[in-house]
Amino acid sequence: MKKHWYDYLWIFSATYLILGFFNILFAWLGMLCFMLPLLIAIFGGSKMYCNLFCGRGQLFSLLGKKFKLSANRKPPVFLHKKWFRYGFLTFFMIMFGNMLWVTYLVGSGQRPLSQHVKLLWSIKLPWQWAYHGGVAPWVAQFSFGFYSVMLTSTVLGIITMALFRPRSWCVYCPMGTMTQLICQAKKPKVKK
Amino acid sequence: MMEEKLQKKRKARVAQADCVACGSCVKVCPKGAIKVYKGLYAQVDEGLCIGCGRCAAECPAAIIEIGEVTA
Ligand code: SF4
Ligand code: SF4
Ligand code: SF4
Repeated sequence: MKKHWYDYLWIFSATYLILGFFNILFAWLGMLCFMLPLLIAIFGGSKMYCNLFCGRGQLFSLLGKKFKLSANRKPPVFLHKKWFRYGFLTFFMIMFGNMLWVTYLVGSGQRPLSQHVKLLWSIKLPWQWAYHGGVAPWVAQFSFGFYSVMLTSTVLGIITMALFRPRSWCVYCPMGTMTQLICQAKKPKVKK
Repeated sequence: MMEEKLQKKRKARVAQADCVACGSCVKVCPKGAIKVYKGLYAQVDEGLCIGCGRCAAECPAAIIEIGEVTA
């Protein structure tokens, strides 16, 4: 199959994760991975982002297939069931809201800046080496929080890539679920 | 022609209610026979599908089956 420029966007995703080890402020770049899929779904009514551009999906594909790190097993059925996908999306959004709340608290001086990356919403990893100051505390706090979200989802994605099929993360990825919901809401009600 | 008509053909079938519209299947189809329709679910063009099964092996939700269709 012919390769297109967008087939190399996994390089962006990999670079993003690496940059976070050197300067946490690069976490803000991840906003692209949040805004683009939503904008494409809202205005374009498609999952073009997932279907063509998402570097994260490509990264899992690459690790699973080229590097043969995937067991290539069928994932359990519940993974694609609506209750699980919507449940995970809800949980994810609550945790995201919590991250924004912490950012607000730091911004308003009610809480000191915490230079940690929180993995899987629970494991606090020291990360102060990647922060060199120079910005408002809330800007830094958001970076730590947002990078935590990105790293957590990558780790989950790698686990399910290894256990099941390469792109298993895409089955329960909150962004994928959200963009599909937007497309469903946009669809004129004809068929069921 | 007659023989071909009686032949059973193997085609991909998507359980659309369970499809997450990720497009993994689209990327591996050698015939361009499967597409994601408006971000909702994948659709197979049976005229193009050769039933090779690549999409079924790729689908991370494992919801594509290769079945026989009497054409
Ligand atoms: S489901 Fe998530 S990880 Fe997969 S392609 Fe879509 S946005 Fe990327
Ligand atoms: S790979 Fe499976 S879940 Fe993804 S779009 Fe194709 S049929 Fe749907
Ligand atoms: S069975 Fe083969 S030809 Fe048919 S849609 Fe799947 S990948 Fe394409």
